[in-house]
Amino acid sequence: MRVGENLNRALHGLLRDDPSVYVLGEDILDPYGGAFKITKGLSERFPDRVLATPLSEGAIAGVAAGLALAGDKAVVEIMFGDFAALAFDQIVNFAAKSVTMYGRRVPMPLVVRCPSGGHRGYGPTHSQTLQKHFLGVPGLSLFEVTPFHDNRVVLDRMLALGEPCLLFEDKVLYTRPMYGEGAVDELFAWRTVDDVAVVELADGGDPDYTLIVPGGLVHRAVSAMRALLLEHDLAGALLVPSRLHPFDPAGVPGLVPLLARTGLVCVAEDGTAGGTWGEHVAAGLHARLWGTLRRPVALVSSAPSVIPTAVHLEREVLVQDTTIRSAVLEGLHG
Amino acid sequence: MNGLADEDLALLLLIRCFERKLLALFEQGELNGTTHTCLGQEYVPVSLRPLLRDSDWIFSNHRGHGHYLARFDDPEGLLAEIMGRKGAVCDGVGGSQHLRRGRYLSTGVQGQSMPVAAGVALHLRRHEPGTLACAYIGDGTWGEGAVYEALNMAALWRLPLLVVVEHNGIAQSTPTSAQMAGTVAGRAAAFGVRHHALDALDVTAVRHEVAPLIEEMRTDPGPLVLEFRTHRLGPHSKGDDVRPPGAPPADWYAAYRAAHPAQSARIEAAARDRVERVAAEVTARPLASWGGACA
Repeated sequence: MRVGENLNRALHGLLRDDPSVYVLGEDILDPYGGAFKITKGLSERFPDRVLATPLSEGAIAGVAAGLALAGDKAVVEIMFGDFAALAFDQIVNFAAKSVTMYGRRVPMPLVVRCPSGGHRGYGPTHSQTLQKHFLGVPGLSLFEVTPFHDNRVVLDRMLALGEPCLLFEDKVLYTRPMYGEGAVDELFAWRTVDDVAVVELADGGDPDYTLIVPGGLVHRAVSAMRALLLEHDLAGALLVPSRLHPFDPAGVPGLVPLLARTGLVCVAEDGTAGGTWGEHVAAGLHARLWGTLRRPVALVSSAPSVIPTAVHLEREVLVQDTTIRSAVLEGLHG
Repeated sequence: MNGLADEDLALLLLIRCFERKLLALFEQGELNGTTHTCLGQEYVPVSLRPLLRDSDWIFSNHRGHGHYLARFDDPEGLLAEIMGRKGAVCDGVGGSQHLRRGRYLSTGVQGQSMPVAAGVALHLRRHEPGTLACAYIGDGTWGEGAVYEALNMAALWRLPLLVVVEHNGIAQSTPTSAQMAGTVAGRAAAFGVRHHALDALDVTAVRHEVAPLIEEMRTDPGPLVLEFRTHRLGPHSKGDDVRPPGAPPADWYAAYRAAHPAQSARIEAAARDRVERVAAEVTARPLASWGGACA
């Protein structure tokens, strides 16, 4: 099953099982079913609770917060995650703050879905990954869709938190298959430790390096790991959390041995460097594992540039499998 | 001016005395941050009080002390909130402009409450027909895009959203003529939203005029913009009143006292005493404690 289909089924199941759930967004009604078809079939089946809205991201998030305040639950689709900037005030200054700023905890079950990322030729305003702009806001959690985590479980978890959550969804990932139980391919196996998917060589052994990436980079990371193994004889591990923030890998007991015996930790992410998720994760690892890390944590971001539209220019800016491969080689041998 | 029941006049004067006391406490250095008083506008929430039900939601704004007191008659809790003392409505976290109690909620960002109120109204329309969401905004708030996004949705979806505009002619230091092209009425009309303007400062007259409109909203849901052409007597917050001295703005207080001097004097004395007692008692309380983000 493809990731997009898994997400679509998760929304169907959520609406079916919980009559207090609403789904709101632009152009999400059938037969169109949303710009990326993630809401396909929802409005025909649940016409009262699947609402097409005007082009008003701020008010969509605000209306969703109002529904949550009144006892419902809301899932918002922002057509392109870039447009979450238009909802920044409602998400950061209202929904997230409302959880705690009234003295007593106010449940705010609300998910804002943000189709993100490039590699599709949509250009500078339709290709970004805006995680870093929402990091560290009290009362706001960040999640990212991965090919490992079932989206129904993720949606249930987010709504149960009772605080607004952003769900980043890499657009390329929609068309990729979910990984079946246990195996990534003939070389790599995966398991979960807490909510972190851990990918390792099927035949075990200590990893020469460990990558930490959000769900959208998984395929690029696995491709880099294959090349590093086959061309450089370097064994890698990969950690993919479902919840990006808060996220503290050194605080997960099941991950500490792995992080302690790896030759290099490399955090790769989409988006430009400067106040990023990856830097935050690296700072945490440096503080918590200073005595055991063998090398400084290596960071991979996209180039400090807007994201061009033309495919050859876009490729130069965005993180590729080769970018990750080079960063690992440089980190280990540079 | 029409005579009022003692209860209504007591509430009007409670708000007036409360706001005056806040300014005095501010002068004495007893208040932290800033404060926005509603001097001159007290009659708006007092007029609406019997027309709104406990089941209605109220969304207030940065100038909300009168809105809160008209809903709850709780000067102790409000002052404790403003002063960060024990018994504060929101444990001292929210302060003057971020209050929540039951179905009453205020926020400090202009226009922010409008989409939220629309979302609540969407819930009410489906689950509690006859109930409405009331959002207080000012004339300056109409500069915010959120207002129009919310009005559009409220009109499209026929939401029971009552928008009470306290149009006091000045946004902080900027007169309306310098910050609003056209009119509130014209903007409401552009969305096909019903609009009603009121000039009266007389509580009885306001209620008489407004009651049928609100009742109609309850049976035939849809947004309504009620524009009170009102008057801000004091500064926006502190020390930012740049208006030239001149004829004082119209004030319900002076007009009512002229028409009903004995009742006014009696009730004002009682309100002043009450506020003084509350201030002395709250000031003596220990500091508010907050359970924290995970409370």
